[in-house]
Amino acid sequence: MEIFGLSTSALLSQLLLGLVNGSFYAVLSLGLAIIFGLLNVINFSHGAMFMLGAIVTWMAGQYFEINYWVMLLLAPFIVGLLGIVIERLFLRRLYQLDHLYGLLLTFGLTLFIEGVLRSIYGASGLAYSTPELLSGATDLGFMVLPNYRAWAVFSSLTVCFVTWYVIEKTSIGSYLRAGTENPKLVQAFGVNFPLMTTLTYGFGVALAAFSGVLAAPIIQISPLMGSNLIITVFAVVVIGGMGSIMGSILTGLGLGLVEGLTKVFYPQASSTVVFAIMVIVLLFRPAGLFGREK
Amino acid sequence: MRQTLISMAAVALFAVAGNASAADQPPLKIGFITDMSGLYADIDGQGGLEAIKMAVADFGGTVLGRKIEIVSADHQNKADIAASKTREWIDQNGVNVIIGGTNSGTALATAKVAAEKKRIYINNGAGTSALTNEQCSPYTIHYTYDTIAMANGSAKGLLDKGYKNWFFLTADYAFGYALEKDASNVVLANGGKVLGDVKHPLNASDFSSYLLQAQSSKAQVLGLANAGGDTINSVKAANEFGITKTMKLAGLLVFISDVHAIGIKNAQGLLATTAWYWDQNDQTRKFAGRFMEKMKRMPGMVQAGDYSSTMTYLNAVKAAGTDDSDKVMEQLRKTKINDMFTKNGYIRKDGTMVHDMYLYEVKSPAEVKSPWDYYKLVSSLSGEKAFAIPPDSKCALLNK
Repeated sequence: MEIFGLSTSALLSQLLLGLVNGSFYAVLSLGLAIIFGLLNVINFSHGAMFMLGAIVTWMAGQYFEINYWVMLLLAPFIVGLLGIVIERLFLRRLYQLDHLYGLLLTFGLTLFIEGVLRSIYGASGLAYSTPELLSGATDLGFMVLPNYRAWAVFSSLTVCFVTWYVIEKTSIGSYLRAGTENPKLVQAFGVNFPLMTTLTYGFGVALAAFSGVLAAPIIQISPLMGSNLIITVFAVVVIGGMGSIMGSILTGLGLGLVEGLTKVFYPQASSTVVFAIMVIVLLFRPAGLFGREK
Repeated sequence: MRQTLISMAAVALFAVAGNASAADQPPLKIGFITDMSGLYADIDGQGGLEAIKMAVADFGGTVLGRKIEIVSADHQNKADIAASKTREWIDQNGVNVIIGGTNSGTALATAKVAAEKKRIYINNGAGTSALTNEQCSPYTIHYTYDTIAMANGSAKGLLDKGYKNWFFLTADYAFGYALEKDASNVVLANGGKVLGDVKHPLNASDFSSYLLQAQSSKAQVLGLANAGGDTINSVKAANEFGITKTMKLAGLLVFISDVHAIGIKNAQGLLATTAWYWDQNDQTRKFAGRFMEKMKRMPGMVQAGDYSSTMTYLNAVKAAGTDDSDKVMEQLRKTKINDMFTKNGYIRKDGTMVHDMYLYEVKSPAEVKSPWDYYKLVSSLSGEKAFAIPPDSKCALLNK
C-alpha cells in the first residue's frame, strides 16, 4: 500500500523516528513550561542544562567509571542542585523585573557554561557508547529499531506522565498550580512559596538534564549540543501554550511527528517546519494550542 | 576582545640569541587567522598556531636578518571579521603574509582583501575550490586540500574497487552542494551511478530519518557531503541503525579529530581522504611526536599544512632575498616542496598546491595498537589526478 508515493512501512518507520525526537521535545518543553508557569522566567539556559546532563554523564563514566544507569538518576540530581544554586543566587533577584531580565541572565549563563566547557573539551565533541543492555536493534517488520531509541521513548513518556500526574492530581501539585495563579494568597495559607519556586526550578532543569542523559548515546556530546536544540523546543512551548503542562507534552510529541514526515517529503524544510507552524498557531490562537488567555 | 595580538615568547628568545642586526630592522610579520573557538577549532585553531610557531622556531626565528613575528586572530567564522582583521593587519601592523585556516566564507573574504593589497595569502583549512577557480588571485595559495581533491580521493578510490552506486547525504548549504557536485561528477565520469541524495539542515542532531531514506535506495556507498558535527552524528546514527552493514560510508571531508571524536568503535570502516596522516613515515611521526608533546593531541592535515606552508614561505623569502610579494610568489612557483608534509609538491598557476592525496580506511578496534592509531592506507592518488583542473575553470591565471 502506498500513501503519497511512500510505502506504508516507510511511512510508519518515519513516524516512529518522529516519535523518538518528539519524546525529547516533550521532556525539554515540559521543563520549560513548569519553570515558566511558576517562576515566570523564560529559561534560556535550558539547552545548557540539557548539555550538562550529557556531559556530566560522560565525565562520570570517564573519570569515575560510574555507569549509565546510575547517571540516569545522578546527573539530573547534580544538575538540579546547580539549578537550585542559580535560582538562589541570581534568578531570585529578578522576579519583580520584566521577563527580559530573566531571559538575559539565563542566556548569559548559557554562553558562560558553553564557553568554559568548549575551552576544556573542544568543539568536536565526546563519544559515549550505548549501555550494553540496550545495544542492538529489534526488527519490527517495517523497520529495524535500535533498542536504545525504544528505551528513550519509553522513559521519556514515563517521566512526562509522572510529572503531569504529580502536578495535576496530587496536593503538592495543587499548591504549585495555585502558586501560578496567585503566589501571595498561597503564601498567606502558610505555604513556603520561595522554597517551592527554588525546588521547581531545580526540578525543571533536572528534567532537561535527564533528557541530556538519554541523548548522550544518540548524539555526539558537545558543548554546543544544547543550543542547536533549544530554539526548536522554545517554539514547541509557544505552540503548546506557555505554562500548560499537558499542552507541552502533547505538542512535543506531535511536532516530532510532523518534523519526521517533513524529513521524508521535503527534508530541507525539516528545521523550519516547526516555526512555520508556530506562526500559524500564533495567528489564530495567540495563547497557544493549550494555553488560556490571561 | 578575543582577537588580541599575541606576540611570541619563543620568537623573542631566538631573536635575543640572533645577530645584532635583527634588532635594527623591522620584523617580518606572519598573520594567522582561523576559527579559534567555534565548531572547527579542533581541526586548526590553537593547534594550527602551535604548528606555525614550531615552523618559525625550526627556521631559526629570523630571516634576512629580520626577526619573525606571529600575530593571530579568531575570525569566529564570520567573513566580515576576517576581512576587517586582514585589512587592519596589512594597513596598520605591516603584516607581510596572511595564513588562513578553516571556513570557506572567511577564506574567500580574506583572499579578496589580500589580493587588493598585494599580500600573499596562504590557506590551509578551507575547502572551497573557488579560491583557485572563479576567485583565484596571483597572491592566493590554496595549500592543504580542496573539495575537488577530496571528491577525487574518495570517489576514485572506491570506484576502482567496484563500488559503483552512490547515494549522497548532503549538508543543505553552499559547501555541501559543492562537495556533492564535485563528487558526483567524479562518480559519473568513472562509470558510476548516483541513485539519489537527501539534503539535511546544517547542524542537524538527528540523522536517522535521512539514513533510512539512503538505505532504501539500495546504493552501495553513502557519500557524506557534510563536515564536522554533522559528519560525526551521521556516522554515529548509521552504526546504530545498522546502515554500515549494507553500505560503505565515504566521508568526503573527514578529519582525524572527527574520527577521534566519533570513537573507533563507531568510526571503523569509514573511508576518509586526507593530504597527510601522522603515521606515514619517520618524518611525519617525528613532527607528530613534537606536536603531541605541546598540544596533547595528534596533528591533523591542516595543522601539518600550517607548518609546511610557513616553512615553504620563509624559505622562499630567504631565496628571493626580499619580502616583496611578487618576487616571493615568483620564487614560490619555482619551488618543489619536499618536506614532512608532501613530496614533490608544487604551486600551480591558479594557486593550488598540487600534491598527492591518500584514501584511508578507519581501522577496527582490534587493529588499533596505540592512541590515535586510526588509519590504514587504501590507495594513493597523484597530485595531478587529485587536484585535476576543472574543465570549466574560470581562473584567468591558468592561461597566462
